[in-house]
Amino acid sequence: MALKERIERQPATAALASLRVDDGPVPHIRIEPSKGWVSLKLRELWEYRELLYFLIWRDIKVRYKQTVLGAAWAIIQPLFTMVVFSVFFGRLAKIPSDGIPYPIFSYTALVPWTFFAQGLNQAVSGMVSHANLIKKVYFPRLAIPIARVLAGVVDFSLAFIVLLGMMLAYDIVPTVNTLWLPLFLLLALITSLGTALWLAAMNVQFRDVGYTVPFITQFWMFATPIVYPSSLLPEPWRTLYGINPMTGVVEGFRWALLGTDTAPGPIIVVSSLVALALLVSGAFYFRRMEKTFADVV
Amino acid sequence: MSDIAVHVEGLSKQYHIGKRQERHDTLRDTLTDAFIAPFRRAGKLLRGQATGAAELDETIWALKDVSFEVKRGEAVGIIGRNGAGKSTLLKILSRITEPTGGYADVYGRVGSLLEVGTGFHHELTGRENIYLNGAILGMTRVEIERKFDEIVAFSEVEKFMDTPVKHYSSGMYLRLAFAVAAHLEPEILLVDEVLAVGDAAFQKKCLGKMGNVAQEGRTVLFVSHNMGAITQLCEWALWLDNGQLKLTGPSSDVVAAYLSSGTEGCAVWSSSSTEPRNIEAQLKSARILSVDNQPTAVVDFDSPFKVEIAYDVIDPVRDLSVTYQLLDSQGNLVFEAMDTDMPEWKGRVREPGQYLAVCKVPARLLKPGRYYVSLASFIEYIKIIERQEGVLAFDVSEVGYLLNPGRLGVVSPVLEWEVNQVDTTDRVASNETKNQAENTGPSASPLSEKTR
Repeated sequence: MALKERIERQPATAALASLRVDDGPVPHIRIEPSKGWVSLKLRELWEYRELLYFLIWRDIKVRYKQTVLGAAWAIIQPLFTMVVFSVFFGRLAKIPSDGIPYPIFSYTALVPWTFFAQGLNQAVSGMVSHANLIKKVYFPRLAIPIARVLAGVVDFSLAFIVLLGMMLAYDIVPTVNTLWLPLFLLLALITSLGTALWLAAMNVQFRDVGYTVPFITQFWMFATPIVYPSSLLPEPWRTLYGINPMTGVVEGFRWALLGTDTAPGPIIVVSSLVALALLVSGAFYFRRMEKTFADVV
Repeated sequence: MSDIAVHVEGLSKQYHIGKRQERHDTLRDTLTDAFIAPFRRAGKLLRGQATGAAELDETIWALKDVSFEVKRGEAVGIIGRNGAGKSTLLKILSRITEPTGGYADVYGRVGSLLEVGTGFHHELTGRENIYLNGAILGMTRVEIERKFDEIVAFSEVEKFMDTPVKHYSSGMYLRLAFAVAAHLEPEILLVDEVLAVGDAAFQKKCLGKMGNVAQEGRTVLFVSHNMGAITQLCEWALWLDNGQLKLTGPSSDVVAAYLSSGTEGCAVWSSSSTEPRNIEAQLKSARILSVDNQPTAVVDFDSPFKVEIAYDVIDPVRDLSVTYQLLDSQGNLVFEAMDTDMPEWKGRVREPGQYLAVCKVPARLLKPGRYYVSLASFIEYIKIIERQEGVLAFDVSEVGYLLNPGRLGVVSPVLEWEVNQVDTTDRVASNETKNQAENTGPSASPLSEKTR
């Protein structure tokens, strides 16, 4: 009986083994103390892609459970912020908006910004709220912040649909540059994840970091051309402004959708370089700190 | 190919534990420290010496220089008292935490089951949680789909598959959680004390399932306080004590040595403070005593024992009551007993002096297992003077435990029965009863059926 079962199970087990590891049917791992900087183990992350998928799926499914307005929350936040900005900054303070109606000028920036800020916030708090998982199961810890940031794409899409509606209402025809949009979204994602990796790894040890995230996002928002255009700055400062990667994202969105002429080229290059540096360094820092997560979280 | 599944060599794990809280005598000290400490910590964080929010000086070795080897297809039990390093060992082998020294070679896919229901989300339905939990435990989607029906059947909650698990009873929740875990099919399975949950009938089913796992040729490392399960499921066992390997060998030998070791448990407690901190009364010491008045941490099921509490009364006080609570290994309060239960002390004023209260606990009452004693002194209906949580620990051994091990309930008292045959019936009826008796025989201990 037992033998028969074993024979039946064999193919499945073999298939699994080949999915997880590729050096023979019996994977061998040596568990020993790691020293200094460690590799990112991206291949292992790839092997755990199904878990990543399930974590994203869970985040999305659970996010608006037991709420009355449900997914409407994804729209309410940027939309109301836009209304407030339009009244105070657009109408009262008369901040220029590159010749675009102020509401859509600010909303176009708020959509990627909200994606960035939510992703950052979720990813940082995710390490602590998944403490139990970290303490009880092994998986590449990078999966948590990645899943958290990626889950925000759904909210982004909802808010983006509203943006398209507004463009229709304001009679703005998207330019061919819209094709670049996914790239700008990717840039926002990289920025969000890169920052989150640094802060999330620190937050595991020191919950203080979690408390600073709202401050950081608030200051960062005003350091990003959301309520004002970056064309207020003369060159070369404008390009240098790209050191804040969200500048590249926001100006990129406006350029692609609204056809503003703040040439994104140099800004985007600077922003992309900074964002990538943030991501790579964040990932290494995260991996370095990872070994202590289960002990101190 | 070698037939080794796990090879552990000199494995050690050091934990940083918070430095003992220093007494701040003045508010100024407290404030200065509160002000300076964050900067010190921030400096340490930036240097990458991540160690936790508390001060970092004291360390303990949760595991020290442990070496052993497990062959493919073996089931190994890991025993030891709380804090002996059992869980740490499993955590290292399942790569949740890193060792500080030594290494472990693991040959094969590892599945670890340190807790059931890890990653369950209350808002998701049973069905969704099966997929989620399965993925977290390392199953692929294809694998979960293939075993889905089997998992559902094992869990016995078919009807509620599309109900969010927050509406489940705790029993249903655990059954579902274990059902997923029980269908993991790694080559090496690491299991920590997960059977301590759930009702007895389900526990048995799980033990049976685990027995199958071992028979199928997979390697199992099994941590438990359930000595019966260890001896039944595991060929050999290793006993950890203070992070070090104390004994390895055939599981029955190791379990016997472990149970009879007087150092196990904590039969004696005495108050650490030399000066009384309370105005009315001060708990001084407590002991578990065997029938012949020797402190003991192991009590046989069929012999009585005593709980002795010594305390000082400092000021004349009325309605003082010194009590102890007996908790089982899962923290269930088994009972509470007060020294004012005896009418002669009820409502009487106690004069200052030393007191010794001894409580006799009858034999054949407590189920075999680990128990903890918490002490408290209070003035009835007025205030609690002192509490000492879990100061004593002892085991009730299975010696003389002839009862059905699956008996439900917190205690298993052997009560007096009067059973008489009051009438004779015809042969058919008596045959029926005989058959029933035969049917209940094997089902009462399915463990031995399944695992042998």
